[in-house]
Amino acid sequence: MPDPLLTLEGVHTHIGRYHILQGVDFDVPRGSFTVLLGRNGAGKTTTLRTIMGLWKASQGKIRFAGEDVTVRPTPDIAAAGIAYIPENMSVFSGLTVRENLILAARAGKIDSARLEWIFSLFPAMQRFFGAAAGTLSGGQKQMLAIARALIEPRDLILVDEPTKGLAPAIVANMIKAFREVKNAGATVLLVEQNFMAAKMLGDAVAVMDDGRIVHRGAMAELAADHALQHRLLGLHMDAHQ
Amino acid sequence: MTDRTGEREETALASPPIDWIPILIPVAVALIALPLVGSFSTWATLTVAALAMGMIIFIMASGLTLVFGLMDVINFGHGVFISLGAYMSLLVLRPLMGWVESPSLALNIGVLVLCILVAMAASGLFGLVFERVIIRPVYRQHLKQILVTMGGLIIIEQLLHVFFGGSPITIALPQNFRGGLAIGADVIVERYRLIAVVVGATVFLAMMLVLNRTRIGLLVRAGVENPEMVEALGYRIRRLFVGVFVAGSALAGLGGVMWGFYQQTLTIGMGLQVLVLIFIVVIIGGLGSIGGCLIGSLLVALVANYTAFLEPKIALISNIALMLVVLMWRPQGLYPVVKV
Ligand SMILES: Nc1ncnc2c1ncn2[C@@H]1O[C@H](COP(=O)(O)OP(=O)(O)O)[C@@H](O)[C@H]1O
Ligand SMILES: [Mg+2]
Repeated sequence: MPDPLLTLEGVHTHIGRYHILQGVDFDVPRGSFTVLLGRNGAGKTTTLRTIMGLWKASQGKIRFAGEDVTVRPTPDIAAAGIAYIPENMSVFSGLTVRENLILAARAGKIDSARLEWIFSLFPAMQRFFGAAAGTLSGGQKQMLAIARALIEPRDLILVDEPTKGLAPAIVANMIKAFREVKNAGATVLLVEQNFMAAKMLGDAVAVMDDGRIVHRGAMAELAADHALQHRLLGLHMDAHQ
Repeated sequence: MTDRTGEREETALASPPIDWIPILIPVAVALIALPLVGSFSTWATLTVAALAMGMIIFIMASGLTLVFGLMDVINFGHGVFISLGAYMSLLVLRPLMGWVESPSLALNIGVLVLCILVAMAASGLFGLVFERVIIRPVYRQHLKQILVTMGGLIIIEQLLHVFFGGSPITIALPQNFRGGLAIGADVIVERYRLIAVVVGATVFLAMMLVLNRTRIGLLVRAGVENPEMVEALGYRIRRLFVGVFVAGSALAGLGGVMWGFYQQTLTIGMGLQVLVLIFIVVIIGGLGSIGGCLIGSLLVALVANYTAFLEPKIALISNIALMLVVLMWRPQGLYPVVKV
């Protein structure tokens, strides 16, 4: 077993008075596609934000590429090689698609081969290259948010529910794009509610509930075990609807 | 073939349309004022005075709107950098009286440029210290920001007091900037007002260039929208903010020099006096929007000048009224900056 790229050990996060993450343990093996599942409010977004240093862990350890990044400031964590695609996409709407990508390319200029690759994944990005990101549709904004994470090679990509609220055709496009990203050898930690998408992409899976990891294993195993799915995912749905 | 047309149409749809309505408002205000004022030459004088005043206000307000937008910091101390800049011009004017009184246009321009450079350097430097000592400890605490920046303002005001005395100081415009320039039959435009318009326009163009054509500018625009995401892309927003704060303070100093010459009298409270107008401008324009800041400045100055002539009694409240009307129409200001 090679060293995992990212490890969380007993991570606790408080937001104000609220104790949100209550000891999160899991790891993301290098080169793998790991999916983080769990009902709404389980703490998935908080986990990604804590990894990025946007919330500070109050306890526990986060290790990335062998280094302790638990208390590092966000820009340093990003610079260490992590790209983050937040839940709300956070594209800069007053900037053009091109300007969004230029900022994401820390080298200062965009590598043309990579840009071509991104255009092949998301042709809309080429069409709207000069348009303000604020004028894009929801799906296109999501594509731009992903493109921003791909514009330069990063060791780890954190993605928060990229398919949320998107039309099925766009979801299919998105899955196809992530497949390519995966085949290109990237390490990805994907938060996803859409189990179909999760199943198609994930190698490994972790399931969260109430600020803790309640299951870890291979995605194939969970995909094959309907009773387990029901217990981990179905029951939660019932309990909260 | 059909495919390509389709693409072109979509691109046309997606390119951001310039929002012209706010730009047309000052024009409309000026046109409406013409019949009310009655005499064309009076109207022209008032309008040019307003343009000059508006451009100076823009210089002073532009830094504040970026500081507001980028870090959500309410800086009442901004006003004192205006006074500071104005008083710093004394350091140039006093030893160089000869240049001021010289008939040589080059020396006159030289002395103005020197005043501007010294004022910007001094207020930029004070800005750097101010950010460190006063602003940094009170991030994300608006109430404290108001109190603490007011305190900082008083400290620097007292320093000015110690060095320059408390009474108003009269300053003379350089020789060639005095008096008016006749345009046509009966319109006379004061030379200094034209200079103020030129300086303001230069600052505006320079800011637009930096914001739209440089990486730092991109970062500032992105940071105004979503500072957290800028950090998540690997940039230190703090450094960016310090840079913007220093630049904003330096611009306030520049505005102070221009405002001092405009009034030809310096008082220590001059910055605080104009700060109210500046806050109105920043709010009208949309927090963080440079274009909105320019339009807001012109609008505020036009309304102030026309009402002062037409009905001095309402001049005081006219700008508050203007702000309320604008906010009823666009609650986020003329050009809302999309925040996440
Ligand atoms: N800024 C916040 N302030 C207070 N509570 C929050 C905040 N953000 C998230 N929470 C709470 O933390 C819990 C986990 O939220 P989140 O990580 O967004 O869940 P998920 O992404 O799994 O849906 C929820 O109960 C949510 O209400
Ligand atoms: Mg979430």
